[in-house]
Amino acid sequence: MNPYEAPTPPTMTALDRRDFLRLTSVASGGLILGSFLKNTGDVQAAEIAKTAPAGDFTPNAFIRLGLDGSITLIAPRPDSGQGVKTSLPMLLAEDLEAPWQSVTVQMADLNSIYGSQAAGGSTSTPTFYTLLRQLGATARIMLVEAAAQTWGVPANECVAESAVVHHRASKRSLAYRDLVAKAATLPVPDAKKAVLKDSKDFKLLGRRISGVDNQKIVTGQNLFGLDFKLPGMAYAVFEKCPVFGGKVVSANLDRIKTLPGVKDAFILEGTSDLRGLMPGVAIIADSTWAALSARRQLKIVWNEGTHANDSWDNFTQQAQALAAKGTGNVVRKDGDIDAAFAAATKTVEGVYSYPFISHANLEPQNCTARVSADHAEIWAPTQNPGAGADMVNKVLGIPKANITVHILRAGGGFGRRLSADFVVEAAAIAQKAGVPVKLTWTREDDLRHDHFRPGGFHFLKGGVDDSGKITAWRNHTVLFAGGLSADEFPSRFIPNHLGLSSVIDNGIPMGPWRAPGSCVFAFVYQSFIDELAHAAGRDPLAVRLEILGDHGTVPGTGERGTPYNAARMKAVVKLVAEKSGWGKKLPRGQGQGIAFHFSHRGYIAQVAEVTVAKTGELRVDRVVCVADVGSQIVNLSGAENQVEGSIVDGLSAAWRQELNIERGRIVEANLAEYQLLRMPDAPRKIECHFLQSDNPPTGLGEPVLPPLAPAVANAIFAATGKRIRQLPFSKTDISWS
Amino acid sequence: MAKFTLQVNGQSRTVDVAPETPLLWVLRDHLDLVGTKFGCGIGQCRACTVHIGGQPVQACMTPISGVGRKPVVTIEGLSADGTHPLQKAWCELDVAQCGYCQAGQLMTASALLADNPKPTDEDIDNAMAGNLCRCGTYLRIRAGIHRAAELATASNSKEAAK
Repeated sequence: MNPYEAPTPPTMTALDRRDFLRLTSVASGGLILGSFLKNTGDVQAAEIAKTAPAGDFTPNAFIRLGLDGSITLIAPRPDSGQGVKTSLPMLLAEDLEAPWQSVTVQMADLNSIYGSQAAGGSTSTPTFYTLLRQLGATARIMLVEAAAQTWGVPANECVAESAVVHHRASKRSLAYRDLVAKAATLPVPDAKKAVLKDSKDFKLLGRRISGVDNQKIVTGQNLFGLDFKLPGMAYAVFEKCPVFGGKVVSANLDRIKTLPGVKDAFILEGTSDLRGLMPGVAIIADSTWAALSARRQLKIVWNEGTHANDSWDNFTQQAQALAAKGTGNVVRKDGDIDAAFAAATKTVEGVYSYPFISHANLEPQNCTARVSADHAEIWAPTQNPGAGADMVNKVLGIPKANITVHILRAGGGFGRRLSADFVVEAAAIAQKAGVPVKLTWTREDDLRHDHFRPGGFHFLKGGVDDSGKITAWRNHTVLFAGGLSADEFPSRFIPNHLGLSSVIDNGIPMGPWRAPGSCVFAFVYQSFIDELAHAAGRDPLAVRLEILGDHGTVPGTGERGTPYNAARMKAVVKLVAEKSGWGKKLPRGQGQGIAFHFSHRGYIAQVAEVTVAKTGELRVDRVVCVADVGSQIVNLSGAENQVEGSIVDGLSAAWRQELNIERGRIVEANLAEYQLLRMPDAPRKIECHFLQSDNPPTGLGEPVLPPLAPAVANAIFAATGKRIRQLPFSKTDISWS
Repeated sequence: MAKFTLQVNGQSRTVDVAPETPLLWVLRDHLDLVGTKFGCGIGQCRACTVHIGGQPVQACMTPISGVGRKPVVTIEGLSADGTHPLQKAWCELDVAQCGYCQAGQLMTASALLADNPKPTDEDIDNAMAGNLCRCGTYLRIRAGIHRAAELATASNSKEAAK
């Protein structure tokens, strides 16, 4: 997986979609529709129907109506704070005409009938928006038909509202509960032909709906992965080599086994997969504290492997050497870069860099597993239950059909829980221990063994012509995996462009971190555009609008290239300028900064306003955000929360977060050294505007984050004249006099 | 191992654990009170905040042997039925994202409101600066505390009117 690119859970092709909506009769009396997989889906759908109480109406795997009037909706994808356990069932409820307060939401287990259950890449809304509405509508149509048949009237004279079907002409009504038995005997109509509600009739979509788990959250009920317990369960901790890829040579297991509460201790040989089951020592005890206490007595001899001398300083030197050579993989070559620089009236060179950082989920990684030789049952706070099952299958050789994964609420995801290392660790430990175990990572484990957001270096040179237009852009990126994309903005929008890409060899486990790639690239490119605007003596907003020009949708490069709709971006940039009062006069020490970025199908622009004290203390006074994520917001409260959270998270990552690497290991041990943003440093005010456009609704978990860092850095420049070219901000002195 | 009898959420609970065991793990592993969360183990994130003798305390840093007879209140005991003004405000404003830190936020905020029923933004920032929210819900937490203060005032004046 390229840690600079968004993970791409399989998106549905037209064929999948047809298959998903295919009608499948099953023998148990219920009627099922909905499967992605032609061969296994029907069987699984039938199994789900069988688990429903007899007589219930289960028109598909997502909806169950009971004879008692209960309405159960299934949330197909894990919730780690992005809100899909609330927003996806809202889609079902809207077209089902189910009153939200009477709905019970149930989290799905891993099951291929739900398609990809990986909650990554901000894909949940675009994948499910229409499908779930169609499934809700199909059930509603069947309930209306049941009423029509009961009354002997045409179905088109009947209307469903709030779980009641009405025949206005005869003033008759029947509640859904009274139609369940009959509806269950009717054929399931073609979901594709189901007429969906007009948006003006929405009762739920676009409204602010409080999260379905909120009451449990505020009363401290058993909910998260770490809260889960099994009868007879033991508590496990697992120590891995602090140097990435290191192996266990020996450990004082005999001594550990004598310590209070310890039931077992053993070495796991592990694999060479840096993001899989790594070697380490497991301690099994009768409580978490007994395991943690014993761990303090653990003495392990490690073989630290070939990367024990890696350091950030060394990586920096390598990057500089690569840049000095000026050679790299040419990923983009437009126009004549040398001629453009020769003709430029101003050129600017800048080296940008950013460090490795952690996901720092507040709930440390954990997983509970009950595993025998050939069966595994897993309870995991995961974003990606399928990856857990795949890895348990691959590493432990347990057949997939014998692996059950229960999805528990996760205390933060941000991409970390797309990985399955903690799942396979728990399964491997439980199998070897012969008892069910809950594996708990400490914060130190979590920081040391993250699948990190990689650092990177960008050696930039830009040129403007005598009209102040940016005419030349040279970008040599030095990354730790993958490489620069040919389509990375402002590629396609600057006539003379050279993109070079180099990669530093390393042994560090890396993974997607909220808006992978974009979360750092936007800082670099939107800051450098600002540098060129100021060099030309021009308004940074005007230069941005000029770059976007009058283009409509600009196609991507190659088969996998992503089109860029410059018109949508221009619209959000113009609106953010208007809403923020762009260009207002501010005293020295205060400034506005603007930035925009397209990622995860979302077009986002932000203006930040900051105050920098003469001594260099930063305060973010206000952030105004305009987002175009399509025609319809699903849950307005959840959407606004994602915008606010992305802005705070973006500031947190940019301001103080960095992991140093020395002697092949992470230096920062815990949250005292690794500093997350706290309330007093949060922006004083965040304003969020959704620009609704005539495009399919798309996700909000990620795309709002990338523009924040450059908007603030550009505002700091406007306030102080100090240009920040390095993350975190805290490394640059921004005091002024 | 030693026996300790705690007063937790108005109940007397006895556990047999090592004296240095942090209150956090006694609550979670031995008393099945899992609302109090583990985040860092060194008092930096305060997801483990509980009240001991009415004061907000980090349960991850508090050995069971140091608790004594002082009453312990956890998130499960913040109200009998989830209707503390802060709990109502949190649901009304949809404060949580992942929700993992919110028990600690609520316990710190409830101690603040007990001392200062009408806190300013600055009071809130000072009181809440120790509690991390990785999802970044700080603005909603601040708004939630103001809203709870309003709800408490409204309910107090109703009581007074009776």
